Amino acid sequence: MVLGDVGFLAEIYSQEDNTGFMPKRTDIHKILVIGSGPIVIGQACEFDYSGTQACKALREEGYCTLLVNSNPATIMTDPETADIVYIEPLTVPVLERIIEKERPDAILPTMGGQTGLNLATDLYREGILDRYNVELIGVRGESIQVAEDREDFKEAMTEVGLECPRSYAVTSLEAARDIVDEIGLPAIIRPSFTLGGTGSGTAYNRQDFDEMVERGLKQSPVDEVLVEESVIGWKEIELEVMRDADDGFVVVCSIENFDPMGVHTGDSITVAPAQTLTDKEYQIVRDMARRVMERVGVETGGANVQFAIHPETGRTLVIEMNPRVSRSSALASKATGFPIAKIAAKLAVGYCLHELPNDITKETPASFEPTVDYAVVKIPRWHMEKFPQADASLGTQMKSVGEVMAIGRTFIEAIQKGASAREDGRDGLFDPEAAEASPEEIRHRLIEPNPERLFYIIPALDAGMSIKEISELTYIDPWFLREIDELRPLRDALAGSPLEAISRDLMREAKRAGMTDALIARLVRPAVGELDVRAYRKRLGVLPVYSRVDTCAAEFPAFTPYLYSNYESVCESDPTDRRKIVVLGSGPNRIGQGIEFDYCCTKASFAFAEMGFETIMINCNPETVSTDYDTSDRLYFEPLTLEHILNVCDLEKPEGVIVQFGGQTPLKLVKRLADAGVPILGTSPDAIDLAEDRERFGAFMQEIGLPMPEHGTARSVEEAFEVAERIGYPVVVRPSYVLGGRAMAIVYDEGDLDHYIRSAVKVAEDTPILIDRFLEDAFEMDVDCVSDGQDVRIAAIMEQIELAGVHSGDSACVIPTVMVGEEALEKIRDYTRRLARALHVVGCLNIQYAMKDGEVYVLEANPRASRTIPYVSKSTGVSWARVACQVINGHTLDELKVPDEPRLESYCCKEVVLPFIKFPGEPAILGPEMRSTGEVMGMDASFGMAYAKAQMAAGNSLPTSGTVFLSVNDRDKEHLIPIAQELADMGFSLVGTRGTAAYLRERGLAIETVLKVSEGRPNGVDMIINGELDLLINTPLGGRAFSDEHVLRQVAVAQAVPVITTLSGAQAAVQGIKALRTRDIEVKSLQEHWRLNVQV
Amino acid sequence: MSEEKQGMLVLEDGSVFVGHSMGAEGEWVGEVVFDTAVTGYQEVITDPSCWGQMIVFTCPHIGNVGVNFEDVESKQPYARAVIARKICAQPSNWRAKQSLPEYLSEAGVPALSGVDTRRLTLTLREEGIMRGALSTVNLDGERLLKMAQNAPDMSVLSPVDEVSLSEETVWTQKLPRKWIKYVDYGGGSHKGTPHVVVVDCGVKYNILRHLATLGARVTVVPANSTAEAILAQEPDGVLISNGPGDPEQVPEETMIAIRELMGKVPIFGICLGQHLIALAAGARIFKLPFGHHGGNHPVQNLKTGEVAITSQNHNYAVDPDSLEDLPLEVTHINLYDGTVQGIRHREWPVYAVQYHPENSPGPHDSLYVLEDFVASLCEKEPAAS
Ligand SMILES: Nc1ncnc2c1ncn2[C@@H]1O[C@H](COP(=O)(O)OP(=O)(O)O)[C@@H](O)[C@H]1O
Ligand SMILES: Nc1ncnc2c1ncn2[C@@H]1O[C@H](COP(=O)(O)OP(=O)(O)O)[C@@H](O)[C@H]1O
Ligand SMILES: [Mg+2]
Ligand SMILES: [Mg+2]
Repeated sequence: MVLGDVGFLAEIYSQEDNTGFMPKRTDIHKILVIGSGPIVIGQACEFDYSGTQACKALREEGYCTLLVNSNPATIMTDPETADIVYIEPLTVPVLERIIEKERPDAILPTMGGQTGLNLATDLYREGILDRYNVELIGVRGESIQVAEDREDFKEAMTEVGLECPRSYAVTSLEAARDIVDEIGLPAIIRPSFTLGGTGSGTAYNRQDFDEMVERGLKQSPVDEVLVEESVIGWKEIELEVMRDADDGFVVVCSIENFDPMGVHTGDSITVAPAQTLTDKEYQIVRDMARRVMERVGVETGGANVQFAIHPETGRTLVIEMNPRVSRSSALASKATGFPIAKIAAKLAVGYCLHELPNDITKETPASFEPTVDYAVVKIPRWHMEKFPQADASLGTQMKSVGEVMAIGRTFIEAIQKGASAREDGRDGLFDPEAAEASPEEIRHRLIEPNPERLFYIIPALDAGMSIKEISELTYIDPWFLREIDELRPLRDALAGSPLEAISRDLMREAKRAGMTDALIARLVRPAVGELDVRAYRKRLGVLPVYSRVDTCAAEFPAFTPYLYSNYESVCESDPTDRRKIVVLGSGPNRIGQGIEFDYCCTKASFAFAEMGFETIMINCNPETVSTDYDTSDRLYFEPLTLEHILNVCDLEKPEGVIVQFGGQTPLKLVKRLADAGVPILGTSPDAIDLAEDRERFGAFMQEIGLPMPEHGTARSVEEAFEVAERIGYPVVVRPSYVLGGRAMAIVYDEGDLDHYIRSAVKVAEDTPILIDRFLEDAFEMDVDCVSDGQDVRIAAIMEQIELAGVHSGDSACVIPTVMVGEEALEKIRDYTRRLARALHVVGCLNIQYAMKDGEVYVLEANPRASRTIPYVSKSTGVSWARVACQVINGHTLDELKVPDEPRLESYCCKEVVLPFIKFPGEPAILGPEMRSTGEVMGMDASFGMAYAKAQMAAGNSLPTSGTVFLSVNDRDKEHLIPIAQELADMGFSLVGTRGTAAYLRERGLAIETVLKVSEGRPNGVDMIINGELDLLINTPLGGRAFSDEHVLRQVAVAQAVPVITTLSGAQAAVQGIKALRTRDIEVKSLQEHWRLNVQV
Repeated sequence: MSEEKQGMLVLEDGSVFVGHSMGAEGEWVGEVVFDTAVTGYQEVITDPSCWGQMIVFTCPHIGNVGVNFEDVESKQPYARAVIARKICAQPSNWRAKQSLPEYLSEAGVPALSGVDTRRLTLTLREEGIMRGALSTVNLDGERLLKMAQNAPDMSVLSPVDEVSLSEETVWTQKLPRKWIKYVDYGGGSHKGTPHVVVVDCGVKYNILRHLATLGARVTVVPANSTAEAILAQEPDGVLISNGPGDPEQVPEETMIAIRELMGKVPIFGICLGQHLIALAAGARIFKLPFGHHGGNHPVQNLKTGEVAITSQNHNYAVDPDSLEDLPLEVTHINLYDGTVQGIRHREWPVYAVQYHPENSPGPHDSLYVLEDFVASLCEKEPAAS
């Protein structure tokens, strides 16, 4: 055998002797993959990435893939991904229907997060798998039980000689109190079987303890909490491991938490590989992980095992294991280039690791442990500003909504890159605001873990605190702190120096430490622009190079151009001279910008590849499909900042950059990119600016004669009152400089406005606020369309169930429209075409309308693919992102034969999910500021059933009998009558608060009065807790004082009793309930729905 | 920052690498190899097999956990130089006793930090192992290039002499139980205290620790011991250890001894030990372009089909074609490149592995190899009824 003989593996495997060759299974053909449902905190795009990979992998092997997920925004629910797709609620009865209809041979439950596993467990427990003869692959039912039930898990670990923190499961507060006497405080409290640590926390005193136990008991689906010994401050280490049927075992990646035990890994900055363990210590955790895998019984797949290690004794405890792909496995895949989900899917159908190739090196097998020659840092992205009344400190329950990953040659380079990638205005670890903090403030920020803590380390060092002191306050390992400390002399060398005085060596050193051009620009004196630094840096010849993520630290050649920048000396990018385009991704998930945009970017990349282009993706979100190394021809895993995008463009010289699929992230940069000479494809940068700048847009609308709500701009407090007075209250106010509905409010009177100006925003010459007339009781419509510059095709007109005033991203919505008359629809079509033409849109355009008293107003226009593109695409069966790419590339809509406003034979209803359960303290109400994290879709021939399915999928199953609680504001009372009547006719008992009950009773309805919380007991809250209420209809009383309702809603959220906060929502719910009472839920695949659409 | 001491490494092909000097001061020549292990730099640099080698760690952060006095594989660092992207001067680990730079300085080993080790690794991968010259005192590239080109090639050195013990010693230290607590090992399926004589060509302590832990009585003898001397110890088995350099340069006495011992006493070889057994049996070996140095190589046991992740550290491989007419067969292969990772004599209890079952650094997956060896030297337990 000759060394380097490429065919040798094939040769060995073809012998089929005792080399352990195990071909894939041929006794199964159709495999059901369960998705993870809507995006919620703790379960995000990573499962779309994993599920999509799994489907691709199984298809590649010739299996028929059947996919179920309720989330239409995913790539996995695209028929290009799976053979048969069901967008249906993820509940046991629905799954049973699908299984009955499709008769899969096997279920792969490990791709859908906790949701997928829980569902599979239920199907298994209820005997449904047996009944239909479906096999669980990838993990066994017993294994799920052992891994997921903390008590069973601990017992299993003890059995094989592994230690867990001491803990006891209890089902009552009394029992819990006994336990805490033994283990002491602080203690960790965790409800069993919840996601992302929902309801868990650390109790430092007895009172907290009692409260947390009680809350936890309620939140646990099995009414059980675990009371556990605290190991706060210990090192937290995770291993991502895989095991095959031949007992092959590999660790794909080790991950060390920068924020040690006590801060959920999902909220921790994490670093790969682990940095502070010796080989001896690391091998212990590796051995332990292997033992955990063996004992739990994961034989064919991946898992995540978490450990706590005492920083002074090395005592090592097992914290938990997840026998499935996870957020960390997605991170590990991106961090190493080892596609865990794909390989897990192949192991599940019978392959062994050594029978599968490593895609990146091609010539070596997947039975190896990736080794990296760089450092990877993940930094979570929080969105606490959206929940100002919730506790913003970090603990054992996850609160972040997204994350960025950054790759650097060293830790410091990676963490600085990561800090500049989160789009929170920072350009690295140097935070000018934190630098001003007082010593007390700094200490406070360090002691209690919080999203800003990272940025107070440098100020603490500057203030003279020692590494030891900081480490004692934060438990952060001194190694990390010292690395950060090394930035300070570098900063001092740059600070105050004239730009041109920076030597080439110093510049290179700064860049190697991850210092951004933007940071250098503000450090030098006189301060200069970021592009000045760029120009000077280029003159010095300090240019980035790109290294490949190759799984093997350069031991073998890498065939995949998965690249990251650094300031070393070899560039491995190897650009081609093909026709190429760059797609800018959407960065970290946050509220308002999530998976929908990743769907669009991924589809855009596929579309351009189809048209013969080389596709180049830039993105920094490790959870996504777009950052899978085989989504695009080339992947640059980089922050989406001007500096990094220009660097890639300088090197690749693309024909054009596509900015309209990545949400606001690329749009914000368009102007500066265009000014720097980057060719922007699609709608022109100026048209984008015109639509984005609300002041310019208002003037433009007037010019082209389209109606908008009356509006004005205020540059001072006095002016604000004047404008509001002129327009007339209520008004919608927002700062002009914040995007995405941030700090937006509806203001009913002068007092409100005064309060808003003083608490929420700053009004000044350069930071004006925008004031619009608030259209009360208006219907809101959303339109997505595509234009080729001449023609326009409407993708869909969506009707929001909630009235204007509730952010469109937080409202349920339906296609086709239900309530809007033909006349208004015609106006909407006409306005849409006129606006698209006037803006010379090439590609996607989204317009929001409000309809009041028969008049249609434009609320705003987004010159890009919107959040609703995937939902509209799944509804209509047309891939609108793809169409947009085709017109961007010069095709006409006529030539492409794109249908206009395709007619649907089913109602497609979207519902959102809100994260209030993670933010106790925050009023659970809807408003003009978006706060939902994800969405689901229900489809049916009737609107009522589609809505009911959407509610079910969102976890608010509508009751078909029982008691409804009614409490609405005065404006809504009249419209409540028919709703209450219908509910009563269907046999529901009605209860209501005093005013509402009296009003309805006067009109002849039977309704009992219940007390408000402030009125005494028993009240509504007691009834919820006692399980006496099945549905709440509660519209906000307006104004400010609603602490009463707040408590009520909060308890309802915690008890999972559906709450409807708008009358239009209540109307839809009534229709949904009617549908549920008259017939069973039908399930239909997307393909079946679309076939119907086409027939008409 | 900029006032830091500089050092320069020049390869024989003229490639130049500059970094901060953090270890000993002076000038050295050596063979430059890259190692992909992520953990265990201390074990790597104290492994006698790396005598004469300037080790490039592909893992960018080296030294984070400092140095302690337990995790050593010999009495001193044997690496000729340590080269990394970033060497840590202030370690953080509860067992750390010293920083890596201090340790290396005291031992007279240079260390270069800040080096673009990715370029260096790519160069070695493409061009193969090269000689290099490193200086921290005179950074004249031309001069260093000449030094590198004039440096003796490994194939003319015989470093085993440098690292082998000069006198026989009894080894009793066992592995602290805590390090192997979570692996199924030493399960006690064998009884007795077989006597293992280890021929020290540069043996790693962990081999000895494991033998002792497994219940063997261990005597370490110099590499140049004769067969008679070894047999005089009345060994139940002989282990030919790992060690540095070109296997063909190992003293003739060792080869003769192995040849004579075969068939008389069970022999087991590790790494260089495998080369020597193969050579003694008449096989050929060849030099790999850039060797195998790291802890993540998949090795398949051809008999059971099992794949283990192994620790590797060698530049030479047994030529499988040369085994054709010999009584040797291949038992293990490396799934990265198909190279021979284990051999066995068809008739006699003579066998060897190329990788490091004793790990250190690296995974514990192959400890069964050592266990099987010791067990094979014991009286068999009567089969349980
Ligand atoms: N006993 C404990 N003491 C202190 N912190 C803990 C303890 N157990 C868990 N944690 C913290 O809580 C987080 C969540 O716990 P984990 O068991 O991983 O649950 P989840 O299923 O939410 O991931 C961990 O990442 C860790 O930081
Ligand atoms: N003039 C208005 N009258 C009534 N509701 C409005 C008005 N302007 C905005 N809204 C509500 O606020 C939400 C967010 O406003 P929008 O302009 O779409 O901002 P964003 O950029 O956050 O999408 C809309 O979905 C709508 O419900
Ligand atoms: Mg966890
Ligand atoms: Mg909007």
